[in-house]
Amino acid sequence: MSTPTSPRGAPGIRRVRGVRGPTLHFWLFTGPFLVGLVIFVYVPIVWSAWLSFFEARSTVTPSEFVGWDNYVQMLTSGGFVKSLGTFTVFAAIVVPVTWAFSLALALMVNRLRFMRAFFRSVFFLPTACSFVAASLIWKMSIFSGVRFGLMNTVLGWFGVDTIAWLADPHPPWYWLVIVTVRLWLQSGFFMILFLAALQNIPRELYEAAAIDGAKSGWQTFRYITLPQLRATSTAVVLLLLIAAYQAFDEFFNLLPKATWGQPPLVDLYYTALGENQDYGRGSAGAMILTALICAVTLLQGKIMGFGRGDEEYTAKGGK
Amino acid sequence: MSRVHLSDEGRVRARQRASGSAGLYLAVGVCALLFLVPFYLIVRNALSTDAEITGENWQFFPTDLQWGNVTELFGDETVPFGRALWNSTVVGVAHTIGTLFVCSLAGYGLARIPYRHANKVFYVVLVTLMVPTAVTFVPSFVLVSSLGWVSSFQGLIVPGLFSGFTCFLFRQYFLGFPRELEEAARVDGLSYWGSYWRVVVPNSLNFFAAIATITFISGWNAFLWPLVIGQDQEAWTVQVALSAYMTNQTVNFHLIFMATAVSLLPLLFVFLFLQRWLVQGIAQTGIKG
Repeated sequence: MSTPTSPRGAPGIRRVRGVRGPTLHFWLFTGPFLVGLVIFVYVPIVWSAWLSFFEARSTVTPSEFVGWDNYVQMLTSGGFVKSLGTFTVFAAIVVPVTWAFSLALALMVNRLRFMRAFFRSVFFLPTACSFVAASLIWKMSIFSGVRFGLMNTVLGWFGVDTIAWLADPHPPWYWLVIVTVRLWLQSGFFMILFLAALQNIPRELYEAAAIDGAKSGWQTFRYITLPQLRATSTAVVLLLLIAAYQAFDEFFNLLPKATWGQPPLVDLYYTALGENQDYGRGSAGAMILTALICAVTLLQGKIMGFGRGDEEYTAKGGK
Repeated sequence: MSRVHLSDEGRVRARQRASGSAGLYLAVGVCALLFLVPFYLIVRNALSTDAEITGENWQFFPTDLQWGNVTELFGDETVPFGRALWNSTVVGVAHTIGTLFVCSLAGYGLARIPYRHANKVFYVVLVTLMVPTAVTFVPSFVLVSSLGWVSSFQGLIVPGLFSGFTCFLFRQYFLGFPRELEEAARVDGLSYWGSYWRVVVPNSLNFFAAIATITFISGWNAFLWPLVIGQDQEAWTVQVALSAYMTNQTVNFHLIFMATAVSLLPLLFVFLFLQRWLVQGIAQTGIKG
């Protein structure tokens, strides 16, 4: 800092003012957001971390310190561990299926010459629907367990017996219901992402391949389209995985009070907001889930390279 | 010679293409029909009687449309659906405006206003991207309930406004905003604040519309948080009300489907008239999730 008496006083003052204006404005612009972020994102997490070490039933200001007991109970009590298993099965089905289906839709729509916008809109339309509304249609109409449910009627034409889709976990038909809801709701969204990526593949690549004798169809798809879609594919898989991790709505509404098919968030919901109102254990569960998802994100960042993705995005958005 | 050869090959290729595209259109058409079936079911069942929905004599479309289902829905005492619609509208609009306001300002500050520690501040935002808000609903509920905001509009709206992701999107967008425009404004004597509102925002309306569309849809369709906060019937949103219909003791099929149809109307409106921005928003947001 230069003092006013120094010979370089004048530029010094200008520099001070020049710094202060932007700094003030920086906080003016970011301040409201940051305050909210701290109060509604950081404080809850810290508070919850603290609660997770206490016996906290129906209270958020507990006094009985129990150490790691809540964590131990969550990880040994069965319900929570089972829910992690449910998530694993769910993700193992829904991620590859949605990926393949939305890519297939994009490839088909991309090849259309007429009515492309129409079909794109049709496939995209379910994106507007909520998981609750979709679950409702699936449960009350399409996969209704009674004989006159749509699916049972169709199967009846082929002489198949009535199936209790959701009420009976043996065999686990409920997975078909759960996966198709999500497939219907999400495919259009990911189709749009794939379509955008497909249109960015340079045509010259296909022309060059044709000159080299590659047959259009499987060969060009395998050696040009798929490699060119790598970045989008990886992003789609990650998005699907994170979305599956947060699955709640359709499980909660399709399988209320079922003892099977409960993903982590549903288990947490009943632990923390069910009859026990056990915030201590609920918080411990939230901490475990947070740690897991952070680990996955960091691992993914390691593999993909966070900085690189950032630059790619900027280049895209900046055009 | 070569000409004949070419035209032969061309004809073969054209025939192949024709049959190929017939197959393509067939496949796309079947998929499209399957995608539309659920929407058809909503409309059909919403205008039917319970007997027509679950009965044996299944008709493609009921001949006698039950428009009375609409008035019955809003007169129903067990689930306050009119109130839920109002709540969802308030929440959806306030959520959208609030998020856009707070997050765009922060995004602009982070992208364009020089400050020594801007990068550190940005990291504070980035870290929150790793933790999806759905996962931390227990901690958030703990906080909101100790603020006394359970079953209130504040509780439904305020905690969702501070989206690290939306802020991140705005920052990325503003990084690519042409500097010349702002510099001209600065030369004309406008401060950062003035040039933001008079030059930057008016020239970014497309981006704002895209983000607004996406934000509104996700706000309208949100379920977990409104379920957690809406302990009183009075504070239910449309999604919570729909869920309550499903788990009610007595199942009124025609009311359930009418409620679903009504809950979809605002989104169909958004979809039909704002699709351009919706698609743009997804292309812009989806890349990074």
